[in-house]
Amino acid sequence: MLLSPDAPIQRLAAAIERAEVSVREVVDASLDRVEARNTTLNAFTQVLSDRSRVAADRADREIAAGHYRGPLHGIPISIKDLIDVAGTPTTAASHVADRSPAPSDAPVVARLREAGAIVIGKCNLHEFAFGTTGEDSAFGPTRHPLDPQRSPGGSSSGSAVSVADGMVTASIGTDTGGSIRIPAAACGLVGLKPTFDELPCHGIVPLAPSLDHVGPLTRSVADARLLFAAMRGATGAPAPTTPVTRRLGCPRPYFLDVLDAEVREIFDTALTRLGSSEWMVRDSPVRYGHDTATVCLHLVLSEATAVHASSLDTQAESYTEGVRLRLELGRYVLGEDYARAQRGRAVLTHAVDAALVGHDALVLPTLAIPAWPLGTETVDVGGRPISVRNVTLRLTQLFNATGHPAISIPCGCTTGGLPVGLQLVGRRGHTDHLLHVAEACETVLACR
Amino acid sequence: MTIDDWLRVASADAAQRRLPDLEPLLKALAAATRSLRAAEWNQHAAGRPQRDPLTPP
Repeated sequence: MLLSPDAPIQRLAAAIERAEVSVREVVDASLDRVEARNTTLNAFTQVLSDRSRVAADRADREIAAGHYRGPLHGIPISIKDLIDVAGTPTTAASHVADRSPAPSDAPVVARLREAGAIVIGKCNLHEFAFGTTGEDSAFGPTRHPLDPQRSPGGSSSGSAVSVADGMVTASIGTDTGGSIRIPAAACGLVGLKPTFDELPCHGIVPLAPSLDHVGPLTRSVADARLLFAAMRGATGAPAPTTPVTRRLGCPRPYFLDVLDAEVREIFDTALTRLGSSEWMVRDSPVRYGHDTATVCLHLVLSEATAVHASSLDTQAESYTEGVRLRLELGRYVLGEDYARAQRGRAVLTHAVDAALVGHDALVLPTLAIPAWPLGTETVDVGGRPISVRNVTLRLTQLFNATGHPAISIPCGCTTGGLPVGLQLVGRRGHTDHLLHVAEACETVLACR
Repeated sequence: MTIDDWLRVASADAAQRRLPDLEPLLKALAAATRSLRAAEWNQHAAGRPQRDPLTPP
């Protein structure tokens, strides 16, 4: 076989279309990698070996019959185990969730299958996606592919690891406060959270419905674009694209206040490299950005607790301790404070819109720290102790509340070899433009 | 309800429900709620912010 599942989709697709490699060979290579590595990394909750081989053989027969579906035909992908895949239980990495098989695919999965993608398995996550480490899971923690003693970030931890370790070509995750972008940054991947409501969240276990997004984790922006287009399907016509002006706004206050020294240095170097490539990066503060955490906390606690209220009444002991405590905490948020947080969301949305005026995108780091050791609760950032949960959410969660599309791309590695991500945030409804911008930046920052 | 009153009631309820580990989280939530209520963009019946952030200048 010439290509492995970690090849760029366009390259793999061209080889599959020309029958230089069979889909069955690609899927077997994917399953072999899963078998070799999953015991160590714990990325998968369910491996669909038989089904994916049957699907691969069918995909090969279609190509032989002249029915090539397009660039995702025969591409091995994984799905976060929060998303329905017909005939498999959606465990949400919890002992609480209903373990009966899902009757049908979530629409985003159905669309990917229609485009020819092969679902290799379902991925581990932080229980119910309510955490950023991937540690609290009924299946045990997911481990970082570069250092199994570290967290790969979460909540889409298994999705990120399955792609970063070359088990699959791409994965589908969800993002309520950064759960696609955080593990993408920690594992050196591209992670896309589209505009709110651009992709359907039906068939996905909700966490906080007004903040929930679904999107791809891939090895390149081009791959993310292919997955995003397939997930959007025929009904979601893209907004007309506008030319990339090469102007980026950097919201320094609050967003650059708490950063690991190496992350800061790598981010600054990335801006310098962009500046050397005719990109203009100007300061563009997000007014009231310092209110991000308190607004998001009141929104997510209230909504998550509403979703889990009946399970908390009957099966509280079945949750992992950390997730249960956060859900219980949500019961104490007052209605008047949820209303204030909704007002804050509107103010912050307006502020991000204003910061974007005259810019293709906002640019900021994705994750303030590199991948951290498993079991860590507090880290020291610039001499200041801060909880892992707070520091990991700090740069991503605002754009869940405001609904702006955001993407993380790799921009370098620490001296210890741990990846660092750069986040680009685009205008609402203009995810395609953001992808163009990200692809252009990726070319400048390419560190693979 | 003031935040101090809320915290007292919530802490007592958590203790009664045998959730002592909730206490530090309730204190952190109280601090966050204090910050939320102090935000300058809040609307107040007794007066408006000097400039409503959602109204164009």
